Amino acid sequence: MIELRYFAWVRERVGTGHETVHTDAETVGALIEELKGRDEGYAFAFSDPGAIRAAVDQELAGPDTPIAGAKEVAFFPPMTGG
Amino acid sequence: MPEIVVQAEPFDMGERLNRFAARQENAGAVVSFSGIVRDAAAGGLTAMEIEHFPGMTEKALSGIAGEAMTRWSLMDAFILHRYGRMGQGETIMMVATAARHRGEAFAAAEFLMDYLKSRAPFWKKEFTFEGAAWVEAREEDEEALSRWSSGG
Repeated sequence: MIELRYFAWVRERVGTGHETVHTDAETVGALIEELKGRDEGYAFAFSDPGAIRAAVDQELAGPDTPIAGAKEVAFFPPMTGG
Repeated sequence: MPEIVVQAEPFDMGERLNRFAARQENAGAVVSFSGIVRDAAAGGLTAMEIEHFPGMTEKALSGIAGEAMTRWSLMDAFILHRYGRMGQGETIMMVATAARHRGEAFAAAEFLMDYLKSRAPFWKKEFTFEGAAWVEAREEDEEALSRWSSGG
């Protein structure tokens, strides 16, 4: 089981801020593909993978980052701090 | 050790800067930058809301500050960033750097700003009379980072 966190418009589109899921995905990119198939909200949130940023255990990650052994994966739009 | 503060409450940037400057022992230069909520929608901004990722935010800011400390041999660095709802004219965040000479202090402050704009997990949402919209990341912000990769 892995903890998923969503922020900003990704959170609004999937309809929740966090959830615990079972996944067979081995990478961040594969997890995105898996999530896309869940329902319309997820499909909408992840329709443009280039617009999605991810963090694995609070470290910025890319599509090829492995998630084996990770406790938490977060998905969010490009950051707009400052 | 750089000081990192993430809070919802408003803050007094003058008081923060004075405190930062006062704790320096032999710095010849202190530089600071503050970000203010502005009406990018040109009339009609009613509020701005900033969401963040508690835990990762502090980690990311510490990492960025630590990197600046080493790169410019800073004596000290300070980052304060707010989250939650704020109105036009309110101070969103500030950074301050202390170094022996102004060159390092200026460069490090700019580096901190460039990095925290697109590498710290904050997301701005603007509320106007017409509704709410997430602020989109600008390409220039991403490009601004590339100039630091060739050695500052």
